[in-house]
Amino acid sequence: MKIVLPANERSMEKGISVSFGRAPYFLVYDTDTQEGVFIENNAAKSQGGAGIKAAQTVVDTGAKALLTPRCGENAADVLKAANIEIYQSINGSLENNISTFNKGELKILSEIHAGFHGKGGE
Amino acid sequence: MRIAVLSGKGGTGKTLISVNLAAVSKEAIYIDCDVEEPNGHLFFKPENLAAEYISVKIPLVDNELCNGCRICAVFCQYNALAYINQKLLIFDDVCHSCGGCVLFCPEKALAEKEKNIGIVQSGTSGLVHVITGILDTGEASGVPIIKKLMQNAPAGQEDVFIDCPPGSDCIVMGSIKDADYCVLVAEPTLFGVHNLKMVHDLVRLFRKPHGAVLNKCLEGYDPAAQYCEDHGIRIIGRIPFDHDLGTLNSNALIAARENGKYREVFTSLLQKVREEVQDAAAIDFKR
Amino acid sequence: MQQLLILSGKGGTGKTTIASAFIKLSNAKAYADCDVDAPNLHLIMSQSDEPKRSNYYGLSKAKIDLYVCIRCDLCRQNCRFEAIDSGAGGIMYEVYHYACEGCGVCEAICPVGAIKLIPAIAGELILYRGDAVFSTAQLKMGSGTSGLLVTEVKKQMTSVINDADIAIIDGSPGLGCPVIASLNGADMVLIVTEPSVSGISDMERIIKTAAQFQTKIAVCINKYDTNIKNTEIIESFCEFRQLPLAGRIPFDPEAVTAINTGQSIVEVDCLSGQAAREVFDRTMQILVGNG
Repeated sequence: MKIVLPANERSMEKGISVSFGRAPYFLVYDTDTQEGVFIENNAAKSQGGAGIKAAQTVVDTGAKALLTPRCGENAADVLKAANIEIYQSINGSLENNISTFNKGELKILSEIHAGFHGKGGE
Repeated sequence: MRIAVLSGKGGTGKTLISVNLAAVSKEAIYIDCDVEEPNGHLFFKPENLAAEYISVKIPLVDNELCNGCRICAVFCQYNALAYINQKLLIFDDVCHSCGGCVLFCPEKALAEKEKNIGIVQSGTSGLVHVITGILDTGEASGVPIIKKLMQNAPAGQEDVFIDCPPGSDCIVMGSIKDADYCVLVAEPTLFGVHNLKMVHDLVRLFRKPHGAVLNKCLEGYDPAAQYCEDHGIRIIGRIPFDHDLGTLNSNALIAARENGKYREVFTSLLQKVREEVQDAAAIDFKR
Repeated sequence: MQQLLILSGKGGTGKTTIASAFIKLSNAKAYADCDVDAPNLHLIMSQSDEPKRSNYYGLSKAKIDLYVCIRCDLCRQNCRFEAIDSGAGGIMYEVYHYACEGCGVCEAICPVGAIKLIPAIAGELILYRGDAVFSTAQLKMGSGTSGLLVTEVKKQMTSVINDADIAIIDGSPGLGCPVIASLNGADMVLIVTEPSVSGISDMERIIKTAAQFQTKIAVCINKYDTNIKNTEIIESFCEFRQLPLAGRIPFDPEAVTAINTGQSIVEVDCLSGQAAREVFDRTMQILVGNG
């Protein structure tokens, strides 16, 4: 199956990006063929709603899971609607995260943070 | 006359000055445009409160009519729409209410609903009509509230005092757009001067007659006074740093109502402002 | 690397004064000014070298080509932001740069393609790389996209530091977009408040906003002796909400003198500087988890 990880650089040895919505690239990795492809994240330059657009990109790759350190409410809503699971990534390289995921040692992301524009008022 | 009180920086004394000027005016309207952190109402403690909700239009989809063409999602500059698993998801909080998606949907599947983003509260305190804009926490833009607030400042008989937010962004612009005169408040610090420059640029861009009030003046070198002199900004008032005034202010008391000394200070400042407005009208700064 | 963000809610409480003191005390190798509307930190943290400057593009703005325009008025009628004016004689159509929100409706609705959305420079990113990395920016007047610029300021800082233990971020006042953007990635927020009714009201609103991000929060009261009663109210409030108090700093005219000569309060011998040291120590304790 395909999984996606937000990346700072086009290299498996480099670290996972701290931001999902504004990561410069996404690594789309196929756990069956063990092949990975880096794609640009065109949401990074968005004025707003970057998480939503980034999530749409992930959905369009056909991936079944996203590995990320953090995820906002809006992006989570998009991913949930597409039945994509969100896993809490670990500090370290993309490679490291993938092997940890393959071993089944990554947890589902439990803390979804409020979006940058908040969620309405009282 | 409509007077906007602004400063580039927070904490210089905008609210102190606009609240007290309104208080010494015969009948006045005080409008608090600092919708993120409104403070004027803490001083006036207005009564006879009435509130009006301010709302913006957000799209609403009829999933029966929607055929998943994604024209709306592609059009949206703010990424407020996503089409996932045969459903259109709409994200209220990033929507700018431009109406484009509704306009361009070929299936007419989108309509609009109202979403509240804040309130405009009005009340009275003595002879002052107090109007306060409050943006809900978490909402991105206060511009629609400013638009509503400024409808309460018609050119007419009453004096209107507009307490502007700090800075020089689009909300501040909306607050000064209809002003007859701008009072720039500055404090005698290096930080104050840098920010005074910003609002000076802003009022000149909008071709608004303006003058400066220096607040919290201390002994010694005053960089803000220097800036005014160097750039030809008329200094129309100087309020010395005053511990008692500070205490009254920190307790949200209106100095001009508490103490004759301060009533005098603000009455003469108001008089000076009136003179400036008359002069400016004579010269006709307006386009 | 840990990020300490300094916020206040209300302007003028002393964020930059305290941030600059902390930077000096911690000898931080990375710091940033996220008050992109009215940046002030560079006035205290003077730099010897010229910085790298880059343009920051914000919302695109619509531009009407009057040679192509047929004056059908559709654009003005459909603009929700009242950003299009029909100008002199009703034929000199123009877009008000400051009101335009770059939505694209006018571009799409124009029957003759006379309107284009063009990227607009909304500010400037500034990066100093001396002994420490100092990232800042200046938003152009009237620009509404400060949240993204704040994110760029932080990104600019984190992309060039190699070995910093701590990064100190001077936040912006208010609680809108730029504040939310600066909260992202912060390990701890120090809220600087002043003992006035306005200050307390704004402090409560900023605490509510910061709490959504689940970062550590601590409060410090600046100019506390200008109103002891209100200071006590703030301290009780913090106790009730279980928010650690990082300390209190007295009002000090020496602070103004120091700032006006471009120095931080810990570089001169003054009461506020001494108190700031204690607040700094306490803040560091809370940040590393011993508080």
